[in-house]
Amino acid sequence: MTLTGQTSTRKMIYWGSHYLMIAAFVIFALFPLYWLLKVSVTPNDILYTEGVRMWPSRTTWENYAFVLTQSNFPKYFLNSVIVSGTTAIVTTLVAALTGYAFSRFAFRGKVIIVALMLITQMFPLVMLIAPIFKILAPLGLTDSLTGLIIVYTAFNVPFATFLMQSFFDGIPKDLEEAAMIDGNTRFEAFRAIILPLTLPGVAATLGFVFTAAWSELLFALMLVSSESASTFPVGLLSFVSKFSVDFGQMMAAGVLALIPACLFFLLIQRYLVQGLTAGAVKG
Amino acid sequence: MASIQIANARKSYGAVDVLHGIDLNISDGEFIVLVGPSGCGKSTLLRMIAGLEDITSGDISIAGNVVNDLQPKDRDIAMVFQSYALYPHMSVAENMSYALTLRKTAKEKISDAISGVAEILGLTALLERRPKALSGGQRQRVAMGRAIVRKPQAFLFDEPLSNLDARLREQMRTEIRKLHHRLGATSVYVTHDQIEAMTMADRIVAMHDGIIQQVGSPVEIYDKPANIFVASFIGSPAMNFLKGSYEISDDNGAGVRLSDGALVPVLQAQNAQNNQAVTLGSRPEHISIVSDADNGLPAKVELIEPMGLSTLVHVTLAGKPIKIFTMDRPNYPVDSFIHIAFDMAKAHVFDTSSEQRLPPTTEPHSGHKD
Amino acid sequence: MTTVTQTGKLPAERRGGFSKKLSGIIEPYLYVSPALVLIIAVMLMPLILGLSYAFRDIRILNPFSGGFVGTAHFEALISDQAFLGALANTAWWTFGSLLFQFGLGLILALLLNRQFLGRRMVQALVFLPWAVPTFLSGLNWAWMFNPVVGPLPHWMTSLGLMAEPFNILSDPDLAMWGPIIANIWFGIPFFAITMLAALQSIPKELYEAASIDGATTRQQFISITLPFLAPTIAITLMLRTIWIANFADLIVVMTNGGPADSTQIVASYIFTQAFRRLDFGYASAIAAVLLVLLLAYALSVIALRRAMTHADS
Ligand SMILES: Nc1ncnc2c1ncn2[C@@H]1O[C@H](COP(=O)(O)OP(=O)(O)O)[C@@H](O)[C@H]1O
Ligand SMILES: [Mg+2]
Repeated sequence: MTLTGQTSTRKMIYWGSHYLMIAAFVIFALFPLYWLLKVSVTPNDILYTEGVRMWPSRTTWENYAFVLTQSNFPKYFLNSVIVSGTTAIVTTLVAALTGYAFSRFAFRGKVIIVALMLITQMFPLVMLIAPIFKILAPLGLTDSLTGLIIVYTAFNVPFATFLMQSFFDGIPKDLEEAAMIDGNTRFEAFRAIILPLTLPGVAATLGFVFTAAWSELLFALMLVSSESASTFPVGLLSFVSKFSVDFGQMMAAGVLALIPACLFFLLIQRYLVQGLTAGAVKG
Repeated sequence: MASIQIANARKSYGAVDVLHGIDLNISDGEFIVLVGPSGCGKSTLLRMIAGLEDITSGDISIAGNVVNDLQPKDRDIAMVFQSYALYPHMSVAENMSYALTLRKTAKEKISDAISGVAEILGLTALLERRPKALSGGQRQRVAMGRAIVRKPQAFLFDEPLSNLDARLREQMRTEIRKLHHRLGATSVYVTHDQIEAMTMADRIVAMHDGIIQQVGSPVEIYDKPANIFVASFIGSPAMNFLKGSYEISDDNGAGVRLSDGALVPVLQAQNAQNNQAVTLGSRPEHISIVSDADNGLPAKVELIEPMGLSTLVHVTLAGKPIKIFTMDRPNYPVDSFIHIAFDMAKAHVFDTSSEQRLPPTTEPHSGHKD
Repeated sequence: MTTVTQTGKLPAERRGGFSKKLSGIIEPYLYVSPALVLIIAVMLMPLILGLSYAFRDIRILNPFSGGFVGTAHFEALISDQAFLGALANTAWWTFGSLLFQFGLGLILALLLNRQFLGRRMVQALVFLPWAVPTFLSGLNWAWMFNPVVGPLPHWMTSLGLMAEPFNILSDPDLAMWGPIIANIWFGIPFFAITMLAALQSIPKELYEAASIDGATTRQQFISITLPFLAPTIAITLMLRTIWIANFADLIVVMTNGGPADSTQIVASYIFTQAFRRLDFGYASAIAAVLLVLLLAYALSVIALRRAMTHADS
């Protein structure tokens, strides 16, 4: 009797602290987003006077209305969706091919390519802007979404490759060998048998790349000059310069910009862990 | 159906030689079992036949055509993997029809073929299931079915039964043999299990360290092992070995003088010199327990191991452990002495340094030579 | 049964052109070629070009610049106090962020690795910061640290951590905490996701066996969980170190390196040199030094890991 009493108290303490810590993490993760939302619905005239109140005495949708109807934001938004979506897809395809080769073939160049991928991550991106501009300009790829997609893809391929490789490592080689005996070439076996089995991994990679491309500011700012090819982080920045920092509108734009990224993230986050588990990194 | 020729095939991974010049001719419709300890290169050889591994040098031909440069898909062979390698995202039916679909076989033909094979293997009720929802034995059958539907030129098996429990393994052994009778397809079957080799093979290929040690029918391999490796690997419980020296007696008889001075008479061996260092080999069932001291050597009882059908008596002779197989039900006390006698006609003499068997000058009959 | 399928009979005629062996050698390169082309064209070539600037005088607004200056930039660097300060700040920024991102990420992963009511929901919510553009989160955190419009200084005052609400971003002694906290907030999900995935791949039987052997939860954590996570931890930590050391966005947005260079890290210093002073040559020299330092760091981590795995076996 006392024994079970003790263990159940223990259990309660355990789960109590478990939920408490979970709650702490959730609050830490969400509070800044809540603040973003709060600022975006606070009318301009009380933005500073009620700056530290948890919720303003009056709320307004004006900032949202402005962003959606009077600014270039819908255009920036669309550009961002195009750039991030395409980057995510192309990067995942390229990384899947490379990750597959890393996982299945032993070849001389492998070490060199891995080293190349690591070393290029060590150079500050800032310093690549001018040279990249020099290379892309004659090709007509500056000031264009295509150029941006190419650059983002190149930057994200290394990490995505390592990710995809770990997924492929988790799939037995026997499977494509069976398919090759059944009548596939290796590439067909890769496409028809192996790739469908790594779908969670593909989703995880898509998610990582999409969010990375979605928030990229530096290159979007430096490689693109025209409004029509600007992505939304650049648009956000334009609130700072052009509209003399209208925080309410900027935060509203920020909240709006979060929606697709969050939606996408929520959609794939289930696969994120599942996918990474399937291709668990092995010692 | 097709014959398979392997001519001086070698395989190395970098500086490591895995297969050292394999020569093997497999006739049309034959069931060949490659047997040997793990790591001896069986799978590598099988995968070279399948086209999954490159051949470092040499030739492999199927149906008379050199296939060295052919992709696996163009070799028209089927393979059953140890892991079964079933496609997890396809149903049983889809797994089995995959190869035919790739070959653009007509739909009706495919479904006919599949229902036929499913019938044979008892898979009819499982056709719509995913591999995940099958037991180990059922998966094994699907893997077999996937190979059979294609009617390939040859079947390759890589330890297909090693993930099954003992009873199921025994049952599948028989079934695979029956299937082979029915289909008559050339088959190459890899296993490390000598019982599988003995029970299933038309011919056994015994391998060790990337070299073929002996090729022959199961009875041949069992009765006339080419060397100590084959003799010790095939047969369970394993053959007994005793080191000694070869002696020719005045009356043209021969014997092996053991380290303790005892003489075991054997048939005269070819090319054996007097006093040559030899190893006497005798299977447990070729040693008998005798009652009188005159005809037997004294041996100390270590352990009596009842095996149901028979009993295994462990003794020491000349300081070495010896196993004796008997159909009696002996109950000697441990540490007591008994007398044992070697069946002279069945005893083997091996040259100790080369480990090769020195066959008797007149080989007694055992099965047929082909 | 005796019909031979068409494909089986094609052999010899098909052999022309590629031998199987040759195509076997080429095959892996076909798979990696798209990545290789991209990385060489968009990263390696610019990197080399960028490195070459380190030896040249490249100032955007100076029409007479462009000449070869040898190692002049590097010589200037040695005595550049701002650079040396930035180096120290980089270490502080990198390891401060990394330690908390990793520690909290691991705790979160352990919490999420238990089955509990609403787990999926919680998982979705705590991973959200990863999806927020860094620029936006930087602005938002700067806003929250501001006593006029943000709640944080007021909370810290009520907790007794501050005498009166002030902006830590304008205090040289404390300013670095601002970007670090924002970075922790942003980076926890990444570690949590990777650790959770690794945790879920540990075979459950191991824990069962250990608890039958009488191991306490803590002993299980030390003898099973940590060794299993070790490879993932090692790789992730290394990659993240490199990444964070190069990650200037939050600092540029929140403090711009100030006040009084107290939050200036090498990466943001490079940004300042290149885009505020428009001295690309000098900026490239700094970047080259950072590259070498990170390379040395990565190599020593790899060597250390080798030595450790060799000692194990
Ligand atoms: N990819 C490889 N690289 C290097 N050595 C290998 C490779 N594959 C197999 N081997 C070696 O070749 C030998 C034969 O392997 P295998 O054919 O799988 O043996 P078996 O099937 O008889 O157990 C083993 O010693 C193994 O270590
Ligand atoms: Mg094998």
